[in-house]
Amino acid sequence: MKIVVPVKQVAALDDECELLGDGSGVDPDGLEWELNEWDTFSLEAALALREAAGEGEVVAITVGDEEAEEGLLSALAKGADRGLRIWDDELAGAAPDALAVARVLAAAVGRESPDLVLCGVQSSDAVNSATGVALAGHLGLAHVAVVKGLERDGSALTVERELEGGLVERLRVALPALLTIQTGINEPRYATLRAIKQARQKPLELQTLADLGLDGAQVASASGSRRRRLAPPDRGGGAEMLDGSIAEVAARIASLVKERLG
Amino acid sequence: MAGILVLAEARRGELREVSFELIGAALELKPYAGDRLVVALLDAGAPGHAAALAADGVDEVLTVTVPVAQFEAHVAGRALEALIEQEAPELVIAAHSIDALGFAPAVAASQGLGFASDVTGLGWDDGGPVAMRGAYGDKLIAEYDFPGKSCTLLLLRAGTFAAVDAGPGSAPARAVELELSELARTEHLGYEEVAEGDVDITKADFLLSIGRGIEEQDNIAQFKELAQRFGATLSVSRPLVDAGWMPGARQVGQSGKTVKPRVYLALGISGAVQHLAGMRTAETIIAVNTDPEAPIFSVAHYGAVVDMFELADELEQALG
Repeated sequence: MKIVVPVKQVAALDDECELLGDGSGVDPDGLEWELNEWDTFSLEAALALREAAGEGEVVAITVGDEEAEEGLLSALAKGADRGLRIWDDELAGAAPDALAVARVLAAAVGRESPDLVLCGVQSSDAVNSATGVALAGHLGLAHVAVVKGLERDGSALTVERELEGGLVERLRVALPALLTIQTGINEPRYATLRAIKQARQKPLELQTLADLGLDGAQVASASGSRRRRLAPPDRGGGAEMLDGSIAEVAARIASLVKERLG
Repeated sequence: MAGILVLAEARRGELREVSFELIGAALELKPYAGDRLVVALLDAGAPGHAAALAADGVDEVLTVTVPVAQFEAHVAGRALEALIEQEAPELVIAAHSIDALGFAPAVAASQGLGFASDVTGLGWDDGGPVAMRGAYGDKLIAEYDFPGKSCTLLLLRAGTFAAVDAGPGSAPARAVELELSELARTEHLGYEEVAEGDVDITKADFLLSIGRGIEEQDNIAQFKELAQRFGATLSVSRPLVDAGWMPGARQVGQSGKTVKPRVYLALGISGAVQHLAGMRTAETIIAVNTDPEAPIFSVAHYGAVVDMFELADELEQALG
């Protein structure tokens, strides 16, 4: 069983982050990078399926610059068999959106002909919740989004789709398929120090757009949107902030609660 | 090629409230988009909802009676493609819902549509739609346009746009026949409700809610006790349920319960969109977080940037 797990190294804003003067982006010095939380769950699901089957291969794929290599190494340390990073000068500065990334991933994943593709539901920085299902659209793969339970049953999967308001739908889907995986579906493993060292010995390939038979224009036309501007949110009135010592804040909260409960 | 197509939603025979928010949002843009607004529903019982969807300002309601009893992503995807081919709207508005996320991005990708999800603001500029959405975990707002796209599909965040009243308005309904047989690629096995615990947090007047700031399972006990002394019911945000530390029945948020207590005291909850969706209408929201930029402060009435554990110690003393 071959499982492809697309992952993303995500950016979080640190406390001192600043917008670029023209509003086109964020000063990279104000960003902290880590493997997207949702992708730790999709990776764990893939590793567990491989282990249960007693055979198979888990391939981690990312679209990103050198920062993204850390995310792949982390996936390899946890147990992925090999990694593929796709990057190209044509992607740098283009800030590819979810559909553009899905187009690039489609070219790479299509060549792998996997039995299963497991994506995270969303990335914590862009929160599009779209890349995985868009990838399925490009590949014509059967897909289920927002999966919180997963069992293999021969050549099919029984999955639980998490709906709004605590409702869950159980459904069956035949392989090959693509699922987007929700947090909480499993308990992602940590890599041992030894595994982290050994991860660098595992195959990690770098491919360009040309290697995948793509060019910058094709990726640009697959893009669904153009970001015009980035700005601080309008916080509206916002909260009235309670100042003073911790004892004063506590006393104020206690009296507010009492007052509001009447 | 003009007009707006709104994709309404139903589940288990009921229209979802977000449908009327989508119509409300679309009405704002209608004058710019060829002054035509069509609402479509893809559902086995679609014709039965046509009158309700004929809200004031809607020009036509399209009912697509799909050959599956429950939502099915591949059937819905093909139906949307066919509607876009047939009706040629320049803008399609759907919900940023679990169902729509299951097929809309695939349609956008395969059809080369303009696309944005989790949209919280709309505009019109330079002859086309403009969408606003959060970036970097809602700490920033990004604005998008869709140059060169003949059709753009936007998924709107629920609870953000004002809903219109249900019809019946004067809009006629039209049954649209589409070839949708043999398209389902998933088989519905059943629904399950989250198991109800010993408590119904939606009935509580006062919720003391804890989140990721709790850090360790062992720390929960202190807040259980604090809630009890405070006369509050303990609720939690998603990470505590994901970790298996608390039952799903205590979870506030999009995938948990929507609550509207008189007082919501949030300790160590940063306020992800999905959490805010479940508590933003509480009468009084008091938020405590060590991160002054935490999104929860944007919906809170009162806020304090202090450590939740130090605060808990002080509250225990204050309560005697």
